[in-house]
Amino acid sequence: MSIIDDTRLRPAEPSRAVVFWNRYRRNRAALLGLVLFAVVVLMALTAGLVDPGDPLRRAGAPLTAPFVDMATPLGTDQLGRDILSGLFYGARISLLVGVVATLVAIAIGVVIGALAGYFGGWVDDVLMRITEAFQTIPNFVLLLTLVAILGSKIEWITLAIGIVSWTAPARMVRAEFMSLRNREFVDAARNLGVSNTSLIFREILPNALPPIIVYASVIMALSILLESALAFLGLGDPNYASWGNMIGQGRAVLRTAWYCAAIPGIAIVLTVLSFSLLGEGLNDALNPRQKQ
Amino acid sequence: MSQDRQDTAPILEIRDLKIALPEGSDRPFALDGLSLRVNPGEIVCMVGESGSGKSLSAGAVMRLLPEPHVYVADGSIHFEGDDLLAKSEAEMRGIRGNRISMIFQEPMTALNPQKTVGWQIDEVLKLHMPAKRAERRKHALDMLARVQIPDPESAYNAYPHQISGGQRQRVMIAMALALSPRLMIADEPTTALDVTTQLQILKLIRELQREDGAGILFITHDFGVVAEIADHVVVLRHGEVVEQGPAAQVLNDPRHPYTQALIASVPDLAPPAPKPLSDSPVVLKGTGLKKTFAARGGLLTGKRKAVTAVKDLSFALRRGETLGVVGESGSGKTTVSRLVTRLLEADSGAVELDGADLLACTPAQMRAMRKNIQMVFQDPMASLNPRKRVVDLIAQGPIVHGANPAEARENARELLELVELSPAAANRFPHEFSGGQRQRIGIARALALEPKVIVADEPVSALDVSVQAQVLKLLADLRDRMNLSLLFVTHDLRVAAQLCDSVIVMQKGEIVESGTAAEVFTNPQHPYTQTLMSSIPGRDWTPPVRNTDAA
Amino acid sequence: MSLPIPPLLTYALRRLVQAVPVIVLIMVGTFLLLKLAPGDTVDALVGDMGGADAQFIERLRIEYGLDQPVWVQLWRYMSKLATFDFGWSFVYEQPVATVLMDRLGTTLLLMATSLSIAFTVGVALGAIAARRAYSLTDNVISTLGLVFYATPSFFLSLMMMLLFSVKLGWLPVGGIKTIAGFYTGWDHVWDVALHLIMPTAALSLIYLSFYLRLMRSSVLQVADLDFVRTARAKGAGETRLMFHHIMRNALLPVVTLFGLQFSTVLGGSVVVETIFTLPGLGQLAYQSVIQRDMNTLMGIIFLCSIIVVVVNFLTDLLYARLDSRIELS
Repeated sequence: MSIIDDTRLRPAEPSRAVVFWNRYRRNRAALLGLVLFAVVVLMALTAGLVDPGDPLRRAGAPLTAPFVDMATPLGTDQLGRDILSGLFYGARISLLVGVVATLVAIAIGVVIGALAGYFGGWVDDVLMRITEAFQTIPNFVLLLTLVAILGSKIEWITLAIGIVSWTAPARMVRAEFMSLRNREFVDAARNLGVSNTSLIFREILPNALPPIIVYASVIMALSILLESALAFLGLGDPNYASWGNMIGQGRAVLRTAWYCAAIPGIAIVLTVLSFSLLGEGLNDALNPRQKQ
Repeated sequence: MSQDRQDTAPILEIRDLKIALPEGSDRPFALDGLSLRVNPGEIVCMVGESGSGKSLSAGAVMRLLPEPHVYVADGSIHFEGDDLLAKSEAEMRGIRGNRISMIFQEPMTALNPQKTVGWQIDEVLKLHMPAKRAERRKHALDMLARVQIPDPESAYNAYPHQISGGQRQRVMIAMALALSPRLMIADEPTTALDVTTQLQILKLIRELQREDGAGILFITHDFGVVAEIADHVVVLRHGEVVEQGPAAQVLNDPRHPYTQALIASVPDLAPPAPKPLSDSPVVLKGTGLKKTFAARGGLLTGKRKAVTAVKDLSFALRRGETLGVVGESGSGKTTVSRLVTRLLEADSGAVELDGADLLACTPAQMRAMRKNIQMVFQDPMASLNPRKRVVDLIAQGPIVHGANPAEARENARELLELVELSPAAANRFPHEFSGGQRQRIGIARALALEPKVIVADEPVSALDVSVQAQVLKLLADLRDRMNLSLLFVTHDLRVAAQLCDSVIVMQKGEIVESGTAAEVFTNPQHPYTQTLMSSIPGRDWTPPVRNTDAA
Repeated sequence: MSLPIPPLLTYALRRLVQAVPVIVLIMVGTFLLLKLAPGDTVDALVGDMGGADAQFIERLRIEYGLDQPVWVQLWRYMSKLATFDFGWSFVYEQPVATVLMDRLGTTLLLMATSLSIAFTVGVALGAIAARRAYSLTDNVISTLGLVFYATPSFFLSLMMMLLFSVKLGWLPVGGIKTIAGFYTGWDHVWDVALHLIMPTAALSLIYLSFYLRLMRSSVLQVADLDFVRTARAKGAGETRLMFHHIMRNALLPVVTLFGLQFSTVLGGSVVVETIFTLPGLGQLAYQSVIQRDMNTLMGIIFLCSIIVVVVNFLTDLLYARLDSRIELS
């Protein structure tokens, strides 16, 4: 059978990371997202270093317009607080809340979705009814209620955001598991004598991860939006500077100093946008089925 | 004969067709210099393995290539003397479905799920036939009757999901022939169908073509189908024509080494001489196995009809024997493979492995027992965890069963050599292999546990015929060398004939016939088995025996 | 003798039965939240009266059944909820149900207008973007979709207010009608419409981006399916493909999203209603949190959940009508 030999190997492919990066960088919008994201992370890390001073203390004359005083390059609000400093510290809170709430939501979602999708039957029925119940209650109303009950500390707010955000990842993980559990490689592993726990976490979960990672970027964006909405309504933690809170304060002086609300607003838009773009880039890179 | 061919005015004439692939593909041209002609009343078969570019030629004729990524770079396509490549899109729309029509491989997905069958046939009439609604309806019903759909009236009003796969393909044919096209392109139209249905559809295509006198360009990978239907054969390899000629000549006296190798890969229908097995001990014995897929839920979820997949099935597999389980889709043969390995729980019955009943084991006992009965799966894409390296895939079983991980990995490398793969494969991921190579890895994984029994569920059905032959040969070699007992599930009777010592034939969950392969194949008793045997495409054609190693 | 029941009705009944456990779970959930909240009904009542002696408080507790075991309390609570009795609002000095009914109309009006705009425009733009995938039109639509997706509703609302009310003076800044206007008839309708333009625009622009993005990817996906190729091989033109073959199939996931998203949109009305001082359920929810009016808050949660369940039920029926593969019987 010299003419058709099937045992010869193809040349080795580059490593996964290289392939991933090559696919990711093909999407120019995703690169922009990465840059924006890096800027936000940098702001969060350097808050207090570059721009000295407490964002909650008076730094100059109230309602200084941007680009007027070099001490407060983006101006000040009605209490004379430095807007630039608020932006940096706000980035820190947004990212912190975003990351932790996303971890909470994904953790709950993965456990519930994995159990429901893997076992099916009555386990699935029970877990899905609970998920539906959570999904039925308007999430922002539930968030308000939780904050009203738990209080406005940043830890509780983060937890509450996680609690109102897990249903969508749970449904997605469930769908992934339902399709993966019938794949032959799962049967193959089961047939080798692998236990249920290992099947769920070692065989199926790693294969369900790409969509989960992509979805995490969506939840991250939504968490940041939820936190800023809470802070805007004055229900955020008063001890930390937050973009939403700055906009809420800026609302009072909207007629005279609209930049107080506009600058942090643009910060939110760009941050959330960076996550969306990042998510799309990840999706293209992790699910190469789609045409470019 | 070939002189006659040149004299008639062809319906389709393709000359030096080159189809360019996007940059970064494994070759610059999907088709490189294809020339062929289809005469009136003639079926021209284009044969090739996957990646030969055969389907793209259909796209080129229909002018439905995914441009601009893939496009015609050179050559000409003439249809009844007209240059198709020079036509405008609007002119092409007038030709498609009207004078050139097409049927596709997957009847499941080729029809719009949201429209009735009648609507979809009517669409092609509406587009090309200036006729009143009632007239069109009558014509559509006539067409449904012509393709021998039992109740045209109710099929007309049915949605695609409400009729069977074979009937859907008939609907596709009705649609394709509705306007008596001069040329029909059939792209693997029977590949997704069971053998009995396949034969009916092939006959239907033949009959209708004789009535209409159209030319057919028939694309397939299956030499059995070629033998069944072709007048003229074109063999493609990697986008190049290696050989073409009258069917009888290409099938029985192939000139090109590639064609010879391909034809030599087609399994022979003559089963091997029976082995003396009667005194070997029985290793695997199934008794009274039954499985019903129950209607789930009551009030809360929708009710589904209970389906009995397997009823009262018993069999015995002796050491060193290969027992084939053959049947069409829905016969329950795959369920059998899952019941025996307890990937599905049987409703009742027993599976004894060396005397111990697997179905009575506790989950923990069962996990320990699994090393004795291993499985090779159907889908080379899906049966290997894409996130694991080959060495870990093969070593996983022994490690789960307590082997030293380092030793198990060492062993895995040796197993790779056993299945004729380079040890360099060990550190790669599954996506870097071809389908046949992946099946080899799957076999190595099953062998790693040194099982007493291997259950193989359609292990070669997803492979090209040349690769299939090599994997089957490997499997047979290993079986003979290691005295393995094999439970071999397949829909392909040719494969069963080549590999199995005995077979059981299943229909609707029941065994209709069992015996040695020689008996069942040469002298089938049950009417269903007889139908099955007489439906094998190209059953009257015996591939010429050749020493292909010399090539 | 069995009566022939239309399949759609059977399907509808089954879906309704499925909603029961969800509603029960929500009842239990609100009860738990009430128990978790600091202070109970009697505390609120006493606070409202300006204080009382310990004996009286004890008597009140017995009267309100708060001395009973938890599950008895739960049972009483659930039987009350089932009759839409949400208790007394100590802030509004009215039964909660009355307060809610006053507000319901505004919220429903806002939801109906903004969702119908968001859905139709989103679907249309998504289809157009997919039809011209990777062209300039697509880029503009997709970018706008991304930007609106990333914009917080309150920020969008504020900026619209700044532009249309403060700078241009075209639209009223808030409220549902001009307070001293006393308009009647069509003047009243026109007045309310003017007040609703900005809140509706804010909500619909943001949720539109969800439908747009999904519709775009859904159309691209369906356009790749085999049956579209079949239709093309029949000689169908692009317009015909789009309307007869692609759209209906591509709409299905968008309809699902509509159902899934509805509760989120309802939640989104809290912020928008608060900013535009629209007297709806959302604004009421915010005020109840600020004023710690737990009974009203739980009433809102329950009522909103019922609305969501009803809307989901209707979307399911619509889906079943759209997808011929769902066997209704």
